[in-house]
Amino acid sequence: MSEREAAIVLQLRLPRVVLGLLVGAMLALAGGCYQGAFRNPLADPYLLGAAAGAGLAVTAVVAFRSGTTIGQLPSGVPLAAFGGALVAVALTYLLGVAGRDRSPASLILAGVAVSAFLAAGQTYLMQRNADDIRAIYSWLLGRLATNGWQEVRLLLPYAAVTAVVVLLLRRELDVLSVGDDEASGLGLHPQRSRYLLVAAASLGTAAAVSVSGLIGFVGIVVPHIVRMLAGTSYRAILPLSMLFGAAFLALADLAGRTFAAPAEIPIGVVTAFVGGPFFVLVLRTAKRVIM
Amino acid sequence: MTAIVVRDLHVTLGRAPILRGVSLTVDAGEWVTVIGPNGAGKSTLLRAVGGLLPAGDAVSLLGTPVARLRRRALARTVATVAQSPVVPPGMSVFDYVLLGRTPFVSPLGRESASDVAAVRSVLDRLDLSGFGDRELATLSGGERQRAFLARALAQEASLLLLDEPTSALDIGHQQEVLELVDTLRRDSGLTVLATMHDLSIAGGYADRLVLLSEGAVVASGTPREVLTEETLTRFYRARVRVVDSEDGPVVVPLRAGSDGSVAPQRF
Repeated sequence: MSEREAAIVLQLRLPRVVLGLLVGAMLALAGGCYQGAFRNPLADPYLLGAAAGAGLAVTAVVAFRSGTTIGQLPSGVPLAAFGGALVAVALTYLLGVAGRDRSPASLILAGVAVSAFLAAGQTYLMQRNADDIRAIYSWLLGRLATNGWQEVRLLLPYAAVTAVVVLLLRRELDVLSVGDDEASGLGLHPQRSRYLLVAAASLGTAAAVSVSGLIGFVGIVVPHIVRMLAGTSYRAILPLSMLFGAAFLALADLAGRTFAAPAEIPIGVVTAFVGGPFFVLVLRTAKRVIM
Repeated sequence: MTAIVVRDLHVTLGRAPILRGVSLTVDAGEWVTVIGPNGAGKSTLLRAVGGLLPAGDAVSLLGTPVARLRRRALARTVATVAQSPVVPPGMSVFDYVLLGRTPFVSPLGRESASDVAAVRSVLDRLDLSGFGDRELATLSGGERQRAFLARALAQEASLLLLDEPTSALDIGHQQEVLELVDTLRRDSGLTVLATMHDLSIAGGYADRLVLLSEGAVVASGTPREVLTEETLTRFYRARVRVVDSEDGPVVVPLRAGSDGSVAPQRF
């Protein structure tokens, strides 16, 4: 292998695959975690507004620090995104359970409203900063393209924290499935567990969004496929979702890079193509089980 | 020894006072059933005893005020079967009963072999060993009630709270479940505090009844002392006749306008 080929593999291809694995694992883990914490089969980083909150925060950082390109994000960006994601999920949660109707659908409708509101804020910021609009736009569609390991280095610590917290607490998600009252009777502090799990999932989402933009549907498609294969215990669902999510995104990226070569289909478009129809399927079955 | 002591318990939810100074005691090994009209506060009383509502020092379990017990310690002391427990979709009976071991599993750990063994023995005792792999949601009403009971027993708590344990069951399964609870109580020395709607059944299985009305105890004692025509007429606004049988008093509802004799059925 020539030096040039080695550089292509080590500095372009490999970091891209590793980034895809990490982002896919995070989004799928966060989706599974939200579904358990909210006892809602439709919960997902996108439908809850977490991704939109993170996206707005990242856009704001780029817009207000002119000269920053998406390629070289300052290392604090995932934390800003985390703040945005937490605010968005908190808003969704407050709006979604404030009414008397506590059906899974009302939480998701609140998430859609919050997402739309935050996306509007993001569009406004982008219009105000037309110079950065192209960069932000290509990031918005989701991208794993990278020339080096900096995104992986940026994501890795946050991903590790998220994975450790969620996987350690995964038994509590099973206990939460009997409802808060009965979970309390079994010795849990359900609200405390929920806050911790949602915060961890939002951190993972935010870190993934910071480096790769908005890649939808991984968080809902993967945990549901795992559920079909491995049953309903979160102790199996969460670790398997990480593995499946990683594989799914790496393969989706491969498809996006090769189908229209030499042009690339943005990864977010590929996952939406696969995930959109799947989501409709989940909606139909979830209606039978839950609503 | 007194297992449960409730002394002057007041509970207010929102602005509505639900319990206004309830006092009762349950001796170790005793079965006490709380009866009362809808909205009397029966379920709220049970939730407060189970530590699910802040009760301060008004509720003591085995000599310790509930407020001073940590959640996990509480879950090893008292086990509750809710009125209509949540049935998690897709969960197997074994996994469901295993949730009852939660107070024994360290927060970040997993169940040990002894937890699994405890679940197996509970399933055996409740005649559910063949159901372990079945999905909880596919069980019939009576089987499901046994599974709920199994989860509570897996907590190995000596106090068992049952909120309307038989309201979803036909009369045969009601008897089956209550006989089972009574057997478990005798064999394992459980103390049972239950709420129930069916007065005759309530009287047939309890050592003592406590009648709750508008958040206060208005009568308590043996079934014969509490289930009287006068008391039931007054607090339930019901027309009933109480017939004494060898198993205790039987409450027979009467049609309007009848004067103590059972009304003929109209078609």
